Amino acid sequence: MAATTEQALTPVPQIVARRVEPERTGWTSWVTTTDHKRIGIMYLVLTFVFFILGGTEALLMRLQLSQANNTLLDPKTYNELFTMHGTTMIFLFVVPIMAGFGNYFVPLMIGARDMAYPKLNALSFWLLVAGGLVFYGSIFFNPPECGWTCYPPLSSKAYLPNGGVDAWIFLIHLTGLSSLVGAVNFYTTIANMRAPGMGWGRLPLFVWSILTYAILLIVALPVIAAAVTMLLTDRHFGTHFFDASNGGSPLLWQHLFWFFGHPEVYIMVLPGFGIISEVLPVFARKPIFGYKAIAAATVLIGFLGFLVWAHHMFSTPSPTFVLVFFMLGSFLIAIPTGVKIFNWVATLWRGTIEFKTALLFCVGFIGTFLIGGITGVFLAVFPVDWQLTDTYYVVAHLHYVLMGGAVFGVFAGIYYWFPKITGRLLSEGLGKLSFWLMLVGFHVTFLIQHSLGLDGMPRRIYEYADVGHLELYNLISTVGSFILALGVLVTAVNVIRSAKNGPIAGPDPWKANTLEWFTTSPPPVNNFDVVPYVRSVEPMKDIRRQVERQMAPSEAPPAPVAESAVRA
Amino acid sequence: MARSPATGRSRRLAFALLFALVALLAFAGAAFGDAISPESGGSPNADEIDSLYKLVFVVAAVIFVGVEGALVYSLVKFRARKGAVPAQIRGNTRLEVGWTVGAALILVVLAAFTFAKLGDIRNPPNSGPNGLQLADSGALFASGPTKKLPPNGKSLNVCVNGQQYVWRYTYANDCANAPLSSVFSYQEMVVPVDTTVTLDIEAQDVAHSWWIPKLGGKFDAIPGYTNHTWFKIPGKLAGQVFTGQCAEMCGRNHANMTAQVRAVTPPEYEKWLDTRKADIKAADDAAAQQRKQIEQQTP
Repeated sequence: MAATTEQALTPVPQIVARRVEPERTGWTSWVTTTDHKRIGIMYLVLTFVFFILGGTEALLMRLQLSQANNTLLDPKTYNELFTMHGTTMIFLFVVPIMAGFGNYFVPLMIGARDMAYPKLNALSFWLLVAGGLVFYGSIFFNPPECGWTCYPPLSSKAYLPNGGVDAWIFLIHLTGLSSLVGAVNFYTTIANMRAPGMGWGRLPLFVWSILTYAILLIVALPVIAAAVTMLLTDRHFGTHFFDASNGGSPLLWQHLFWFFGHPEVYIMVLPGFGIISEVLPVFARKPIFGYKAIAAATVLIGFLGFLVWAHHMFSTPSPTFVLVFFMLGSFLIAIPTGVKIFNWVATLWRGTIEFKTALLFCVGFIGTFLIGGITGVFLAVFPVDWQLTDTYYVVAHLHYVLMGGAVFGVFAGIYYWFPKITGRLLSEGLGKLSFWLMLVGFHVTFLIQHSLGLDGMPRRIYEYADVGHLELYNLISTVGSFILALGVLVTAVNVIRSAKNGPIAGPDPWKANTLEWFTTSPPPVNNFDVVPYVRSVEPMKDIRRQVERQMAPSEAPPAPVAESAVRA
Repeated sequence: MARSPATGRSRRLAFALLFALVALLAFAGAAFGDAISPESGGSPNADEIDSLYKLVFVVAAVIFVGVEGALVYSLVKFRARKGAVPAQIRGNTRLEVGWTVGAALILVVLAAFTFAKLGDIRNPPNSGPNGLQLADSGALFASGPTKKLPPNGKSLNVCVNGQQYVWRYTYANDCANAPLSSVFSYQEMVVPVDTTVTLDIEAQDVAHSWWIPKLGGKFDAIPGYTNHTWFKIPGKLAGQVFTGQCAEMCGRNHANMTAQVRAVTPPEYEKWLDTRKADIKAADDAAAQQRKQIEQQTP
C-alpha cells in the first residue's frame, strides 16, 4: 500500500527534461540541418547562384563574338570562360538543381517524413559546395582551359601543365560523389517510403523521373570517376592511359567520357520532363494523357541513353558498322522522346488551360525542346553529323535541349512550387514578363547559331574573320543573349521580392494533384500529421472531392455515421 | 471567373506573339536562304551530304509544323473559358500505339535515305578523264575498315598532319614510311582537279579535326590513329581556293589553325610539284652547306 500512496503523491505528468538542446536558429540551423526541405532550399539557392555565374561567363563570350576579330578577350581567357561555363552549367547548375527539386519534393510527393538518409542528404549538399569551391577557387590561380570535355592529350600535363585541369578533375570527383550519394538516397526513399496505397502505378511522374535520374547517376558516375582518376594519374603519377606515344589511347577517354556524358544529358532533361508532366495537367485541369506511356518512356529513354554515346564521336576514326549502330541507337531514343511530346500536347487537348506563368514555361519547353529533338535527329545521321559536329549547329542544338528543355522546366518548377516552399505567390505579371523575355531572347540567341554552324563556324573559337554573314549572325545572337539574361534577372527579382512580400498562397493555390499540396505552405518539419491512403495518381483530387462531399452533405449520399448520430 | 477585357486583349496579344514566333521559326529557312543547309559544291561527298540534309529537313519540317501547330491550336482553342469543362481523358491506347509506330516509321524512312546516300558519301569514285594520270598504287596499300579507295585503286594520296597550330601535308602514298624527300607543304594544300584525292589524317601532338566545309565533313586527327576521307574537285573549279579550319579544340590558338585547298589543273599541279621539289632540295642543300660551314668553323 505504501507504494501506491507514494505514487499518488507524485505530481502527474512528471517530465524530466535533461540535455534537451534548444532548437538552433540563425545560420547554424542551416549549416547543421538534415531536413530535406532546408537542404532542398540550399540546393536551389546555391545552384541558382552558379546559374548566374555561368550565365555571366556566357555573356562575356557573346560580347567577344559580337564583332569579327574582336580583341576584348585574349584566347586564354576565352578558353577558360567556355570551360567554366560548360562545367558550371552542367555540374553545378542543371544536375544539382534537379537534386534540389527532388530533395524538397520527392518526400512530400510520396508522403514521407524525410529522405531515407537525412545525414547522407546533408553530405550530398556539402560535397556539392566543396566541388564548387574547389572549381571556382581556380579562378584565383589558373582556371582550366580544356573545355567541359577535357579531351587528352590537350588536358595532359604536357599541354596544360597548370592546376586548372586538376581543379576540374576534383570538381568532377566531388560533385560526382555528391550526386552518387544523393542518387542512392533518392532510390532508397522512393523504393521504401511511399505513402500507403502508392504502388508504382500511382507514383507521380516527377518522382518517376527522379528515380530514373538516380539510376542513371548510379550507373554513369563511376565511369567518369574512373576516367578522371586515370587522367589524374596520367598527369601526376606517370601512367599512360591516354598517351598514344606510350601505348595508351586518347580515344579511350572519349569513350569513357561519353559513356557517362550521354546519360548525363538525360540526367539533366528527364527531371525537367518530370516537372512538365506534373505542371501541365494541373493547369489544363485534365489528367495527364497516357500516364503509363510517359512513365515507360522515361525509363526507356534512361536505358537507351547508355547505348548511344559514340554519336558524339562520329568524326573519329571508326568503321562504318559502328557508325550505323550508333545512328540507329540514336534514332531509337527519338521514339520515346517523341511519344512524350505527343502525350503532353494531348494533355492540353480539350482541357481548360489556365495561362499561369508555370504553364507558359511548360509550353515554351515543349515548343523549344521539339526543335532540339529534331536537330538531334539531323545530328544522329552520321554523314550529316560530319558537317555539323563541333560547329555552332551543335552549340545551338545542345542549348535547345538543355536551356530550352531542362532550364525552361526548372523555371516552370520555380513558378509552380515557389508557393509551397515559401508560402507566398510569385508575381504573375513579372513572371509573364520574364517568360516572354526568356523565350524571345532564347530563340534570337540560338536559332541563328544553326546557320552559323552551317556556314562553317566551329565552336570554341575566340575570334573569326567576317566571311559571309558571320558577323551579322553573331551580333544577332549576342543581342538575344542579353534579352535572355534580362528575362532570368526578372525572375530573380520576382523571387527575392515575393519571398517576403508576395500574397499568402495557402496550402493548395493551384488545386493541384499531388500530395505536397496536402500539407501547409511551407510544410512543417514533420511534413504531414496524417498521411492519407493513396487511391490514384491524383490523390489531392480525390481528397478535394471528399472534402466537397463533406461540405455539402445534401448532395452526397448520407454517410452511415451521420445517420446513427441523427437517430441518437 | 470573370475576366476583364484588358486581360483578354493581352492574352490575344500573347497568342499573336506566339504565332509570330512559330511563323518565324518555320520560315527562318527562307529568310536566310544560304544558311539552311551545309556547305557544298566542291566535291561529290559534300554535295551528297547536303542533299541528305535537305531530305531530312523536309521530313523534319513536316513534323515541326504538325506538332507546333497542334500545340498552338490547343492553346488557343482550349484556353479556360466560362463554362468550359475539361474532358477527363486519361489516354487512348490506339492513338498512342499509332503515334509510336508512326514515329518509328519516320525514322525507318530517314535510315533508308541515309543508307541510299551512304555509298556515295563514304566511297571515293574513280578520277575523271581529265584528272591527274596516276600510277597504279593499289599494291602499296589496301582499303581497310575506315580507309576507302576508288574502285580502280588509283587516287592521289596526301598525308595530313595536324600540329598546334598548323596543318602539314606530305604528298606520299604510304604515310608511315614516306621518304624524307617527299614533297610537303603547310597550311595550303595544292591538288589537281577531276582527281580523287584520298587523305590519311593524323595528329602530331593533341587532337585536331580536318574540315574544309565545301569538300565534305570533318575527320578527327587523333594521336595514335589514322583517319581517312577523300574529295574530288570538279574540273570547272580549277583555280578555286577552299578554306576551312581545325574543328577540334586544340589549345589557345585553335581559332587560327586554318587550312586551304587550292584546286589547279593537272599540268599546273605537276609544275607546282616540280617547283616544290626544287625549292625543298635547294633549301636542303643550303642547310647542308651551312652545317658544313659550322663544322669547319668549330674544330
